[in-house]
Amino acid sequence: MDDEEQMEFIMEHYRHPHNSGVVENPTDEITEYNPVCGDAVKVSMLIKDNRVQDIRFVGRGCSISQASASILTDEARGKNIEELKKITEKEHLDSIGIKLGPSREKCALLSFNALKKILVKYGGE
Amino acid sequence: MAQWEKIKQDFPIFHSEKNRNLTYLDSAATSQKPKKVIDAVTYFYENYYSNVHRGIYSLSEIATDMYEKARENVSSFIGSASPEQVVFLRNTTEALNLLSYTLGRDLVAGDEVLISIMEHHSNIVPWQFLEERGIKVSYTDITEEGKLDMEDFSRKLTPRTRIVSMTQVSNLLGTINPVRVMGKMAHDNGSIFIVDGAQSVPHMKVDVRDIGCDFLAFSGHKMLGPSGIGVLYGKQEMLEEMHPFLGGGEMIRTVSTSGSTWNDVPLKFEAGTPNMEGAIGLSAAVDYLDEIGMDQVRDHEMDLIHYTLKLEEEYNIDDLVSYGPRNPDARGGVYSFNMGEIPPMDMDSQFRDNGMVIGSSVHPHDVSSSLDEADVAVRSGHHCAMPLNHRLGVVATSRASYYIYNTRNDVEKLFDQLEKIRKVYDHGR
Repeated sequence: MDDEEQMEFIMEHYRHPHNSGVVENPTDEITEYNPVCGDAVKVSMLIKDNRVQDIRFVGRGCSISQASASILTDEARGKNIEELKKITEKEHLDSIGIKLGPSREKCALLSFNALKKILVKYGGE
Repeated sequence: MAQWEKIKQDFPIFHSEKNRNLTYLDSAATSQKPKKVIDAVTYFYENYYSNVHRGIYSLSEIATDMYEKARENVSSFIGSASPEQVVFLRNTTEALNLLSYTLGRDLVAGDEVLISIMEHHSNIVPWQFLEERGIKVSYTDITEEGKLDMEDFSRKLTPRTRIVSMTQVSNLLGTINPVRVMGKMAHDNGSIFIVDGAQSVPHMKVDVRDIGCDFLAFSGHKMLGPSGIGVLYGKQEMLEEMHPFLGGGEMIRTVSTSGSTWNDVPLKFEAGTPNMEGAIGLSAAVDYLDEIGMDQVRDHEMDLIHYTLKLEEEYNIDDLVSYGPRNPDARGGVYSFNMGEIPPMDMDSQFRDNGMVIGSSVHPHDVSSSLDEADVAVRSGHHCAMPLNHRLGVVATSRASYYIYNTRNDVEKLFDQLEKIRKVYDHGR
């Protein structure tokens, strides 16, 4: 995909986010917040049989932060917890597909950080 | 307007191949540097670099002379009665911290400091430091139009108000505050009056004796000078009575194991080797601005903001809202706006709606990223004025701010791009 197509992919996720909402009786939910720009994402997740049974997010913020949460929750849904733990920051940023400066990377990582925190708590690490 | 195109040529940054199409609209954050300023700094480095006020050799004597000449130059630029009233510091932030630290020593629990809701964090946080000693910080509100609410100011000016510290021009709204009137009111009340000139001194004629302020703080980097050099102007007798701020070399007369005595003003406040090249660069910036004329600078920016508000109406972009007074006479060259307002985040109530709040709003970060793709540099965020964002009911704004190297073409480019962004975000929704 070229840059323009990739941007349209982001915009599509932003306008019509996947997995929006809150999981009922989640295993855990965590809100990540960037006080500088006010972007926020709450990720809630239900883990069953060591798999992501359900994962949803609600949030408010720029296209990158919200599209990133949409893409990440798609990626995480149904995954085995061990597999999910292996996803690196870089892999997540690559899945966004457009080059982001350091300030926009923070936007993209809000949902990622929320997810990682849930996994750490779940894993008891 | 050809004059301003020519002035733009004096700034090397716009010559480089990669910046050929750059529209720089972030001068309220920091300004670009003309060749003359860069040359003045280089000249000092290459010919006279040595420490000031110390060496008994000619190189150091010349350096000292250059540094003190810079002080004289800056002093007359702001209409100060004598160069001794000009203290060289790092920036406005350091000057205001100095004042909070030194003047704050004389304040007791129950005393008040009056500021406003439109202050930059640097004129808020240093005063909040005093709160732990029971000193109260009050905030003058703004009117719906974005002007200072003078009735509220008058109400909050109480017998316990010891210090009034106000910005002359808001870095977000552009509002020009009536500092002369406020200074008179403060003095009639027996309060010390401080002016934050970070956004005014670079853009209009500021005369400390005309304003009648006790102190004025401003930064060199916002007025074509180097970064790391700023100024605190103060009334002579007040500077003399004040306790020093930072301790160290230069600021002392004698040091012994039983105690120390202080150097004369202004050196009393200039501990350590100062930013000599910064002062010399700032002096060159002052010369450059004087050549153009501060009234000319002000007229040019007034024209740009007038044109901005005109284009805003002509383009009539959906959901575009802007802040601050509509009258260019009452406003500096600052244009803050949003493409649909996004309310500030409140951790307790943020997800009451339990879902996405996009609507037709384009987040300020998206606005500035999209503008950046077209080589238009604006700032997005809270502009170091979180309380004002909150007061306006928005999480952030985008801000275009002008200076002498901007022209009407830049304003046109801004609105052309904003119109394009609107289309991109509306597409497929």
